[in-house]
Amino acid sequence: MFQAWRNLYSKSDNAKAYSLLSPALFLIILVMLIPMALMLSFSSFTQVSMMEIDFTPTFQRYIDFFEKSLLVSLLIKSVKISFIVTLITLLTAYPVCYYIAFYVKKNKMLWLVLLTLPFWTSYLLRVFSWKIILGTKGVFNSTLLGAGIISEPLTFLMYSEEAVIITLTHAWAAFALLPLYVSLEKIDFSYIEAARDLGLSKFEVFWKVTFPLSLPGVIGAILIIFIPTVGDYVTPALIGGTEGRMLSNMIQAYFGKINNIPLGAASATIMLTTVILITAIVSYTTKRLTQRLS
Amino acid sequence: MNENFIQINGISKHFGNVKAVDDVSFSIKEGEFFSLLGPSGCGKTTLLRLLAGFEYPTNGNLLIDGSDITALPPDKRPTNMVFQNYAIFPHINVEQNIKFGLRKLGLTDDEIKKRVDDVLALVKLEGYEERFSGQLSGGQRQRVALARALVRQPKVLLLDEPLGALDKKLRDEMQLELRTLQKEIGITFVFVTHDQQEAISMSDRVAVMSEGKIQQLSAPNELYKNPENIFVSDFIGETNFLKASTKSKDGEHINVAIEDLGDFKVKNNLNIPENSSDVVCSVRPESMMISRDKSDWDICLEAKINQTSYLGEMTRFYVEVSGINKVITVSSQHFDNQSFENNTCFISISLEDISLLQKK
Repeated sequence: MFQAWRNLYSKSDNAKAYSLLSPALFLIILVMLIPMALMLSFSSFTQVSMMEIDFTPTFQRYIDFFEKSLLVSLLIKSVKISFIVTLITLLTAYPVCYYIAFYVKKNKMLWLVLLTLPFWTSYLLRVFSWKIILGTKGVFNSTLLGAGIISEPLTFLMYSEEAVIITLTHAWAAFALLPLYVSLEKIDFSYIEAARDLGLSKFEVFWKVTFPLSLPGVIGAILIIFIPTVGDYVTPALIGGTEGRMLSNMIQAYFGKINNIPLGAASATIMLTTVILITAIVSYTTKRLTQRLS
Repeated sequence: MNENFIQINGISKHFGNVKAVDDVSFSIKEGEFFSLLGPSGCGKTTLLRLLAGFEYPTNGNLLIDGSDITALPPDKRPTNMVFQNYAIFPHINVEQNIKFGLRKLGLTDDEIKKRVDDVLALVKLEGYEERFSGQLSGGQRQRVALARALVRQPKVLLLDEPLGALDKKLRDEMQLELRTLQKEIGITFVFVTHDQQEAISMSDRVAVMSEGKIQQLSAPNELYKNPENIFVSDFIGETNFLKASTKSKDGEHINVAIEDLGDFKVKNNLNIPENSSDVVCSVRPESMMISRDKSDWDICLEAKINQTSYLGEMTRFYVEVSGINKVITVSSQHFDNQSFENNTCFISISLEDISLLQKK
């Protein structure tokens, strides 16, 4: 029996691969595929009353979603906030990575470790720390008050869209740094010298050579920030208040206190689809952009 | 023909305490195939990069065709470079790579097309326009790099060890091809290499560099036949050094005492002073004759063969001469490792073939 099993194992590469993958596959089926299937099927049901669900399949929940202007506007707001967060992160992280990749000669690793140091603390702690910074009696306001620049605390800092954007940008910056750094670090400096040699100014070299060659990292950074921030609900819940609320907070409410699981499931499905669509569009257009640039 | 097409005047380049290029001055002629030759770390690549504008000199100035380019950035210089790793942009195809440097020249579309077609024909790459760098062999990549630089019609083409990555057969072919190409288009080539065979087979003139300085600048045959110092004699080809001391001068000749061999009268091209003990005699392995019987050459010594290496076109013999505490290398096209019984032979030297060099 054991011998037979061993023969099978050594003969078939597929069997070997699957047996190595099986713990991960099992986990993915358990925590990804089954919940996804459950979510999809729940989105086709109807919540009749507090405790009762009608299991007749229907598309009505999706129609409900688009008829509720609040949900649609929250979806748009989620995408908008994520988009701004992604953009700010890219604009701030790219120059830093460029600097480390091309100008730092020694101890590049030390730079990267120092930059990612804040991310060794928990996500929740970092969100809370922004509460301390941005709050009415927070670091920011008390400094300005103490200096006599303002006479009343700035209230828009906290419980607003801006607060959510600041917090999310900080929380996810490290995830943008690494793919950007790796893609820039990989660029052979002789490409840049060759472009200069062929008559391009430093500025042109960046747009014609460095940036196109770093695009895999840029796309990676966009996706790695955009996908999780669209669905983030911890930051808007703690920092956002009513102003900074995002769709995920509403979905959470549907599964919780509002108790309309089918509509919550439909909202989640719509959000997932939106993210997939945007991801596809981003990947496609950046590829086209590269070709256009060169 | 402009004798001083490229003028390098007192150029130094220091990196911290390291003097990569140390007060170098010379000129390169218009239309010349000029090589910078030396071991790694001798400063040849730094000198090329100074010409390209990727480095700026610590001291001195550079002129090309009469205008000072010392402070100009790479994009403003009349030079183009073929990089050691070719640096073919991987995100665009061959045609776009070649057109890359043309966009700033203000050419019409027709002119661009003509230039691209011409240069593709020149490097024999027609039909490869749509390929990407990853789809090309090493030799093809090298041609693209060459085409991309030449299409801009620079006054000077700089080549940084462009044949280093190719296998031997292809390298020999490309040497010949580059040489032919250079004569055809007449652009001044400055070629950096550590391969002495490559430098002497391709160049009109060669500058041998070591420790940031020019050791000798001359035509390849001069370099080989009349090396000016021990470094050049040792670096170019193979040679045997014999300790010696000079005695009295005799016109263009000088009397020397070669250690363990006796007194001889040899030519004194380098005008080495009398009564100096800091000299060596250099004799090339192929200028000596190895034979079974005694010869009537100026010097004929009985020797014992220690070892042989058969190289195909010739055989190299490592021999020991009684009284000389040194293994001497002799090469021969007539004899091979089977030719001598009992490993005894005679080696003969003509005084004409002895170069007298001064120790530093």
